[in-house]
Amino acid sequence: MAMAALTREGRRFAPMISPRPITALRSSPLAPSLEDEGPIGVRYISTQVVRNRMKSVKNIQKITKAMKMVAASKLRAIQTKAENSRGLWQPFTALLGDLPSADVKKNVVVTISSDKGLCGGINSTSVKISKGLHKLNSGPEKETKYVILGEKAKAQLVRDSKKDIELIITELQKNPLNYTQVSVLADEILKNVEYDALRIVFNKFHSVVSFVPTVSTVLSPEIVEREAESGGKLGDLDSYEVEGGETKGEILQNLAEFQFSCVMFNAVLENACSEQGARMSAMDSSSRNAGDMLDRLTLTYNRTRQASITTELIEIISGASALEG
Amino acid sequence: MLRRASMLLARRPILAASARPFSTDLPAAPSADATFTEAWTKVIPNMDPPKTPLSFMQPRPPTPSSIPSKLTVNFVLPYASELATKEVDMVIVPATTGQMGVLPGHVATIAELKPGVLSVHEGSEVTKYFVSSGFVFIHANSFADIIAVEAVPLDRLDVNLVQKGLAEFTSKLSSATTDMEKAEAQIGIDVHSALNSALTG
Repeated sequence: MAMAALTREGRRFAPMISPRPITALRSSPLAPSLEDEGPIGVRYISTQVVRNRMKSVKNIQKITKAMKMVAASKLRAIQTKAENSRGLWQPFTALLGDLPSADVKKNVVVTISSDKGLCGGINSTSVKISKGLHKLNSGPEKETKYVILGEKAKAQLVRDSKKDIELIITELQKNPLNYTQVSVLADEILKNVEYDALRIVFNKFHSVVSFVPTVSTVLSPEIVEREAESGGKLGDLDSYEVEGGETKGEILQNLAEFQFSCVMFNAVLENACSEQGARMSAMDSSSRNAGDMLDRLTLTYNRTRQASITTELIEIISGASALEG
Repeated sequence: MLRRASMLLARRPILAASARPFSTDLPAAPSADATFTEAWTKVIPNMDPPKTPLSFMQPRPPTPSSIPSKLTVNFVLPYASELATKEVDMVIVPATTGQMGVLPGHVATIAELKPGVLSVHEGSEVTKYFVSSGFVFIHANSFADIIAVEAVPLDRLDVNLVQKGLAEFTSKLSSATTDMEKAEAQIGIDVHSALNSALTG
């Protein structure tokens, strides 16, 4: 009766064994360890391959976690600086107001972006806004030029707006950001570029997960005069007495330059904060993703391992039953 | 769970630093520039228009009918806001035309600053700073905005270093050849002599 049971066992496995000899010949010249065939011709990937993938995914997870910690510490350092510089542009807006819709002939869009990548979508947003401003201010006799800070915006804008780019500045964050460096930069820009209105596009840092694209407008003294004369928001600028200097124009010129350097300083700091914050969240989601992938791979690995054990058992038992019966 | 804990640990110091995100810029004036937003949505309908600084600023109070008793001073530097909406009696600023005293009800003025001493008078106490340069805006509603590039309290200045600096720049001026060098040396001399008079006078 035991023999009959074994024969029954043998017959149960028989249909599974029969397709094998045909395919075994085909697959054996290839790497025999890569493809195993389980019951009913199902193919399993080898455990070695899965193990290699698991190792690389685990390494990636470690790297992205480390990058997130680094970004967090850099953010902490630069966030206090950015918050302290927030008071710098407010007096200018209180005095001169904010006129992004001023109609001017020569627009210059200053796009601030990062040098390094892996920081989410903030650079693409800045570039999209810059292109939007270009489109908004296009018209007869009007022209818009770009001044680019940072490698990432350069890569995107050089592709289709090469002729409109005036100045490209990279490696801004090689040394820690300070006002002297930014004012020298602002001086360079003002010297080399003719402008009626400067529009600075950057990402304002609201919190670690929220960055708001912002555009700050700095008008040249002639446009300020024009707007003041025509009334409206700057109408009461004439009521301000201007002390010192030879002419009012000279003071207003100095004022515009000072305003530009102050607004640039704040913008550069805010953008640096946004970059670190975006990198933190990008690396965080990347490590979480790697963790999920690792879980899935572990399940596959276990399934594969168990399947190979099962097939081995099947072979042994069927071999034994073939010998018996 | 361990991943969550590490995330919280990473986030907590940052949250502690900005417990109230932007108490300095609550969106007080939603009236931001309506013409700009309209023009933007017409040309680029797919994207939200970018924000402008006006939406991040607290609006200033309008000019009162009678002269207020105190002057509200904002003294800002690139690295810090020394005084933020502080109510004082008087400030004396070193404008290019000389020392200018600002009292509540002063006429609206824009003035450029030269290196000199800024003093803030509040009741009986006087705080003095040496200011390198900058601008001061006095608004009609008795608000004064002083924006300086660098400012240090007077007690942090070292007399010996000031004398040394003055001597150094005087010698530089005499040995200067190009206009640029002469201008730089002259600026150095101006600042150091102002520092000198600030410490002695």
